[in-house]
Amino acid sequence: MYSEKVMDHFTNPRNVGEMPDADGIGTEGNPVCGDVMKIYIKVKDDKITDAKFQTFGCGAAIAVSSMVTEMAKGMTLEEALQITKQSLANALDGLPPQKMHCSNLGADALHKAIEDYRTKQGK
Amino acid sequence: MKKIYLDYVATNPLHPEVLDAMLPYFNELYGNPLSIYEPGMKARTALEQARESTASLINAKSKEIIFTASGAEANNFALKGIAYANQSKGKHLIVSKIEHHSILNTARFLEKQGFAVTYLPADKNGTVNPSDVEKAVTKETILISVIHASPEIGTIESIAEIGAIAKQKGIIIHTDAVASVGNIPVDVNSLNVDLLSFAAHQFYGPKGAAALYVREGTRIVPLIYGGIQEGGRRAGTENVPAIVGMGKAAELAKRDLQKRIDHVKALRDKLIENTSRIDKILLTGHPQLRLPGHASFVVEYIEGEAMLLLLAAKGIYCASGSACSSKALKASPVLLSIGVPSHVAQGSVVFTLGQETTEEDIQYFNETFPQIISRLRQISPYAKGWEGTEDSTCTAKK
Repeated sequence: MYSEKVMDHFTNPRNVGEMPDADGIGTEGNPVCGDVMKIYIKVKDDKITDAKFQTFGCGAAIAVSSMVTEMAKGMTLEEALQITKQSLANALDGLPPQKMHCSNLGADALHKAIEDYRTKQGK
Repeated sequence: MKKIYLDYVATNPLHPEVLDAMLPYFNELYGNPLSIYEPGMKARTALEQARESTASLINAKSKEIIFTASGAEANNFALKGIAYANQSKGKHLIVSKIEHHSILNTARFLEKQGFAVTYLPADKNGTVNPSDVEKAVTKETILISVIHASPEIGTIESIAEIGAIAKQKGIIIHTDAVASVGNIPVDVNSLNVDLLSFAAHQFYGPKGAAALYVREGTRIVPLIYGGIQEGGRRAGTENVPAIVGMGKAAELAKRDLQKRIDHVKALRDKLIENTSRIDKILLTGHPQLRLPGHASFVVEYIEGEAMLLLLAAKGIYCASGSACSSKALKASPVLLSIGVPSHVAQGSVVFTLGQETTEEDIQYFNETFPQIISRLRQISPYAKGWEGTEDSTCTAKK
């Protein structure tokens, strides 16, 4: 049902864990629906220097979280805002149709983290 | 890698003796049971022998067995067939909320056809209270249908008591015994039921063979019209090899029942004992009155499909009732109806054991499962507890 890449990112997820000194945090989803993603980013000179995640959810949700943090690392904030559910799913060699919402959550959680960073900067 | 199948409630492997019994009916004994020449007569004889063994497993008479192609068909047949045969007497049905989809969706269909349905709750152990059944009965009630044992939570219901109430009130009673027949003793007379569904692949028989028991004298409207097969109550050329397989499987199940129960129960108890030691894990269903090979849990802070996939990567195959593991993306209605909060229901996992399960399998499972739980909890944002999730409802469009 899942691509090899999804299984790889699910069974060996990259960037797992809390980031106590995060510059921005974005949470998306609801445990009642079955998936929640929390994405932490570290930013320097408008660039994402590090990203981590914590996820409650299915195999696809964990793989998406791993992939979105991998993709975001090294990107400028503007570049990271261009990540969409489709580009995330493509990077994972596709997701089953009923799992595309996981991809959506991943992109949204990252964008929220960027928003959070910008709000904090504005203060 | 080891392959450990712990999903016997999904289906069972075929018993080798059952396969041997079936094989000749695919080629040399290919006759149609309705044909009056020799190949037909041989098929007819095999069909009737299978009916006798199948009936004997549940202490019924041969003529009370109608073969169907699945447990779901038997359940559809029972509800629609009885509802349509008795609609002049009344249009009210009683079912429980923890029924299989093939009962619940048929009940919903009948509601659209003008029947009224009462859906009875179960308590936190998944037990339907017989006095609730009694209270739900009206002058219009024509059928009560309560599951014998739940495939999701393993709880065995008090069908004999519910059956006695139905009998006393003169109401027809059906039980979906797909998960129980062949796994625990089932006797249609001591259960006081008029109809009972069961399927061969739940007791080492083939898929595609199942039956509806209909007590002698109970009128039922067919689901499938056509020829005179199954006494005109279920038309269509009989699936002779599969039915022969069901007969053989029934014969073996009857002969070995106690041995089978003892085998799975001892191993299941070890699995439950060990798994219950893990923090924040809860056995679902009744702690004692449950199917002997059945262990079901909810594991907090993590999700079922993720557990299922990591277990599969270790060669362990099981089931889950979480939203993400279902095609419909909805958490198990059974878990929700027995009061498991929906975020906790996401951590559902079901293990069902069978005759091929060994002591070593359970030992390997007991070593592996806690590792998988702690691995997923390391990833989870809720590893330290649920925060502010208790009252929310899922509004996401999936």
